[in-house]
Amino acid sequence: MTQVDSVHVAAPVPAAMAASNADMVNLPVKLSMRNLDFFYGESKALKSINLSLYANKVTAFIGPSGCGKSTLLRILNRMYDLYPGQRAAGEVLLDGKNLLDPKMDINLLRARVGMVFQKPTPFPMTIYENIAFGIRLYEKLSKSELDGRVEKALRGAALWEEVKDKLQASGLSLSGGQQQRLCIARTVAIQPEVILFDEPCSALDPISTAKIEELIDELKARYTIAIVTHNMQQAARVSDFTAFMYLGDLVEFDVTSKMFTSPAEKRTQDYITGRFG
Amino acid sequence: MNPIYASRARTDKIIRFLCWAAAVFGLTWLTLILFSLFWNGLTAMGPDVFTKMMPPPGDNEGGLLNAIAGSAILTFLGVLIGTPIGLFAGTYLAEYGRYEKLTSYVRFINDILLSAPSIIVGLFIYAAVVITMGGFSGLAGALALAVIVIPVVVRTTEDMLLLVPDQLREAAAALGLPRSLVIRRIAYVAARTGIITGILLATARVAGETAPLLFTALNNQFWSVNLLQPMANLPSTINNFTQSPYTYWQQLAWAGALIITMAVLTLNIVARILGAERKPK
Repeated sequence: MTQVDSVHVAAPVPAAMAASNADMVNLPVKLSMRNLDFFYGESKALKSINLSLYANKVTAFIGPSGCGKSTLLRILNRMYDLYPGQRAAGEVLLDGKNLLDPKMDINLLRARVGMVFQKPTPFPMTIYENIAFGIRLYEKLSKSELDGRVEKALRGAALWEEVKDKLQASGLSLSGGQQQRLCIARTVAIQPEVILFDEPCSALDPISTAKIEELIDELKARYTIAIVTHNMQQAARVSDFTAFMYLGDLVEFDVTSKMFTSPAEKRTQDYITGRFG
Repeated sequence: MNPIYASRARTDKIIRFLCWAAAVFGLTWLTLILFSLFWNGLTAMGPDVFTKMMPPPGDNEGGLLNAIAGSAILTFLGVLIGTPIGLFAGTYLAEYGRYEKLTSYVRFINDILLSAPSIIVGLFIYAAVVITMGGFSGLAGALALAVIVIPVVVRTTEDMLLLVPDQLREAAAALGLPRSLVIRRIAYVAARTGIITGILLATARVAGETAPLLFTALNNQFWSVNLLQPMANLPSTINNFTQSPYTYWQQLAWAGALIITMAVLTLNIVARILGAERKPK
């Protein structure tokens, strides 16, 4: 196995796609998947995926249900490890290091690669504790430093103004949209490098959705972001790159504007225009 | 009217009547039992019951103080010993061992234990503890009660932890929490009221158990809090006193029965209130 040089090495791009992606190749790569396969027991859910997430960019994953986009996301923080019978093969390089390596410390990995889920999942504790809890796992801070970090995280998730007077209220007392922003704040608070969004807006109303999308746009200044979405407009709005997946294959990966205007693959075009899926 | 519909409506009426009759039949006996319990129990009730020791045979002055204290001690100790074991086992079943083969065996055996006649538990502790230690003791009684507490707590702990959505565990794991912390800080907290309800119900269950105490704690006519000696307790006392020829003893048995019933009823009501609180979420 060859030593991967630095974050500036782009993943190999299949020849068919390479032509239109000239400007992608020079971007710094944060995370790159190489010949990535995934199995649920005997059944193969991902087939030899080769794809890179570029640093400080938003990459959207679209495709019909069951195409493997959520599965792919759950490999990137080894969430699948919680369940027996699920297994990944190939390589996923995070800053050049294979995170599928059994020796990789899974908890430290998850601190670097945060995740926001489909359903808002505030912990059964106060708003303040929801944020402080994660920070305390990694850092020993004084009360005032911790207060500062909690405020910063809540501001970062555009939630501070709404909750600053009720930090001691239960996280469960917030509305769905607020809960989702609380989860984002919680993820941001431990200062990850990559944030994975797994259909973060599918349980939210349009106003909350708009807020989260705005937030994702702000977050990419500091984080590398991957988002799985069923909403094509959302993918078009928030992402710099889009990957279209179908039945466990990566069909096409390109700059979002190109994917939505002149995709190279007919299947991509059909899906985007609503002809199937 | 459509004949098929008419016959269905007729069947519905008959079945509905049968359901109603069955409910009334059951409730009638329950009401009668409670009524006679309150009637006789309240007649015998008085401050003496709570402040005086058991009277010797034939004596018309005395109470149930030593039996009440003994029952409280035995129940408390039984729950104290049984709860941690039940919590740990339930946590294993729902968390660490959820996908293990061992789990289904443990769950099956636990279900058997859950429905095992309590006299079997008493005999088991008699053979294992009373004979080995050379005599009846409060400790043996508490252990017998603990054996009854364990499966109840295992079951409720497992059930309540399984009700905690996996998404919550994933969200915690996604922050880099090790498994032990996910369980302690997230799953336990989310399942807390349910687990407490289970412990209360287990307490209520053993508070009124008689059979497991007959061969273990036995009973004691006198005040004793020595765990290595036989210990007085309400269920055995009620059992003895009701079979005695002395009217005063019989009255005390009614008072004792009322006390246990009220204690169990209170525990059940508290458990229900706690259970109702967790539902809206």
